[in-house]
Amino acid sequence: MSERQPLSFHVPAPAVRPGGTPDFSDVTIPKAGSVRRPPVDARAEDIRDLAFSIIRVLNRESEAVGPWAGLLSDAELLEGLRHMMTLRAFDARMQMAQRQGKTSFYMQHMGEEAVSCAFRKALEPGDMNFPTYRQAGLLIAGGYPMVEMMNQIYSNENDPLKGRQLPVLYSVRDHGFFTVSGNLATQYIQAVGWAMASAMKGDTKIAAAWIGDGSTAESDFHAALVFASTYKAPVVLNIVNNQWAISTFQGIARGGSGTFAARGLGFGMPALRVDGNDYLAVHAVAKWAVERAHRGLGPTVIEYVTYRVGAHSTSDDPSAYRPKTESDAWPLGDPVIRLKNHLIARGAWSEERHKQREAEIMAEVIAAQKEAEAHGTLHSGPHPSARDMFEGVYAEMPPHLRRQRQQAGY
Amino acid sequence: MPRRNMVEAIRDAMDVAMGRDDNVVVFGEDVGYFGGVFRCTQGLQQKYGANRCFDAPISESGIVGAAVGMAAYGLRPCVEIQFADYVYPAYDQIVSEAARLRYRSNGQFTAPMVIRMPTGGGIFGGQTHSQSPEALFTHVCGLKTVVPSNPHDAKGLLIAAIEDDDPVIFLEPKRLYNGPFDGHHDRPVTPWSRHPQGEVPDGHYTLPLGKAAVRRAGTGVTVLAYGTMVYVAEAAAEESGVDAEIIDLRTLLPLDLETIVESVRKTGRCVVVHEATLTSGFGAELAALVQEHCFYHLEAPVMRVTGWDTPYPHAQEWDYFPGPDRVGRTLKAVMEA
Repeated sequence: MSERQPLSFHVPAPAVRPGGTPDFSDVTIPKAGSVRRPPVDARAEDIRDLAFSIIRVLNRESEAVGPWAGLLSDAELLEGLRHMMTLRAFDARMQMAQRQGKTSFYMQHMGEEAVSCAFRKALEPGDMNFPTYRQAGLLIAGGYPMVEMMNQIYSNENDPLKGRQLPVLYSVRDHGFFTVSGNLATQYIQAVGWAMASAMKGDTKIAAAWIGDGSTAESDFHAALVFASTYKAPVVLNIVNNQWAISTFQGIARGGSGTFAARGLGFGMPALRVDGNDYLAVHAVAKWAVERAHRGLGPTVIEYVTYRVGAHSTSDDPSAYRPKTESDAWPLGDPVIRLKNHLIARGAWSEERHKQREAEIMAEVIAAQKEAEAHGTLHSGPHPSARDMFEGVYAEMPPHLRRQRQQAGY
Repeated sequence: MPRRNMVEAIRDAMDVAMGRDDNVVVFGEDVGYFGGVFRCTQGLQQKYGANRCFDAPISESGIVGAAVGMAAYGLRPCVEIQFADYVYPAYDQIVSEAARLRYRSNGQFTAPMVIRMPTGGGIFGGQTHSQSPEALFTHVCGLKTVVPSNPHDAKGLLIAAIEDDDPVIFLEPKRLYNGPFDGHHDRPVTPWSRHPQGEVPDGHYTLPLGKAAVRRAGTGVTVLAYGTMVYVAEAAAEESGVDAEIIDLRTLLPLDLETIVESVRKTGRCVVVHEATLTSGFGAELAALVQEHCFYHLEAPVMRVTGWDTPYPHAQEWDYFPGPDRVGRTLKAVMEA
């Protein structure tokens, strides 16, 4: 008894707070090309090391190296660069539109563009994503018109969701983009259910689940891993670790040990960590997991190691909880610049063409914005009818809703 | 006409629905090989295979969440929560997801699914095998909530629920699984085989969701009840001598307001009876609707006989359960008002 000290309570805290010098020295970054590429039918227990490393393709010299390199052509990489640049320009304009009062809310992807843009190109037609609010790259890279996204953000007369949903909570069934919910992690288990359904029906389609580092603490994350593991569902379980859940650093969700990918190991699922700012690595790992799922080999957990450069949302001020220059110190750099430099190193791109492309893309985004704004913004111009508010609660409007619609004057 | 108890009728409903539509799938805890702890899914896995009827991990949010994903794919899942008392871990999936899918996606994704759960007390189930959580669902827009009171209705309503394009909460009063129960726990229970509502046709039939049934015609007072309380109200009417008109709501949402209003305008009095706790229970909604739509016809205040505002106790089962004595006393009081 006397040898025992009073217990102490442990609350993890980030190494640095505002005013401090950013420090990522505790983040171990393996050399590009150093992580092996197992066959897609590898057994989970034989590749446990991949849950504790980081698969990387682009090295410091902007070369694509190692066993995960060589999957994409110049044209495909240029297309990927265009997607990421488009998403960044889209973000910039919508961020500004929010500041101008044209919409109530927006969420950027700054620094995370490679994750959703590259993943989208690994999927096949008919596959279904169950995204969070920070995977608009799935839509951009899937060719969904920006003007439709803006119509949703503006809740205008052409809003595909009739003004019922908060900005950025898109829903685009035809583009394999499941309706985004404000409730975190709920879609993770739904993706598993969708994949189970595909397997139950003998279909060939697979599902992709998406979650952030913070939301892995939600119980639906656990439910999803249990169900995916039990039924060997054809699903890719994506975890985007951008280090921050609003103001809480990832240690609050995870503690100081293990990795998010390693969560999958306890469920007997292959788990890989990948450099989330490396378009080539993201695409190669996604392709590996998608192939596994399509071949009926079961689910895969992927942790994308990245950094949330922007604020959590337009309602957030990160300078209140982390150093302002922290993103500059992030060791995995910027996904757009890294791919640009790689294409230049390949001789397929140049600084001038990049600048020119940047201007072209911005012009496209602005044109889309003008078109969307012609159909209204949140507080001005045409907007969905209040009558629409009562539609779609049920397949057929029940009597009590008909009464309420009449009371509302419609 | 074949006779079935409520368990057999519910099983038959799933059998019929699965036979007609390959997209109907059934799963939940112990639902597959074993056939359910109440035997409601007995034989379904054998007949339709483990692709259509299977056991699930003990995770209510997992069961409902996976079902939402399956429904979004295009299946029609009919899932089971072992006891209504254990539905709370799935509440987020039910309220935030299943109920809102159609609305928030403007119809791109829908949740044609049924969540079955045994409900209600009167079985010495204590705190976590007796609850009646219907008000937690009737408050949620986008859900339909059904409570059958007999085998014939259970089958017709469950097939209708499975075929419905919206998520349906299907509450099965487990006290009624084997026979009707009027609250007289000291008397032997009559099996459904000796009750007219135990006659359950073979094959496919449906009963419309949102339609009540008048179980006993009367002129003195309208009693609004559902589930086990329908039989308690019948016993109370007989024993108190009050000529009550007893309405079995069957569907709580959408509600058959027309049948209710017509009856109350005729009788001028209304008593609401449910097992669930009083405060903010579904009875409050019923009482509010009755006073709103029948105010000038009312001869007495609308009264409620319900479970007390306590967790469901074990030893005090029959002091808690609103039995025919308590209901009868209120019927008389309303008649004297």
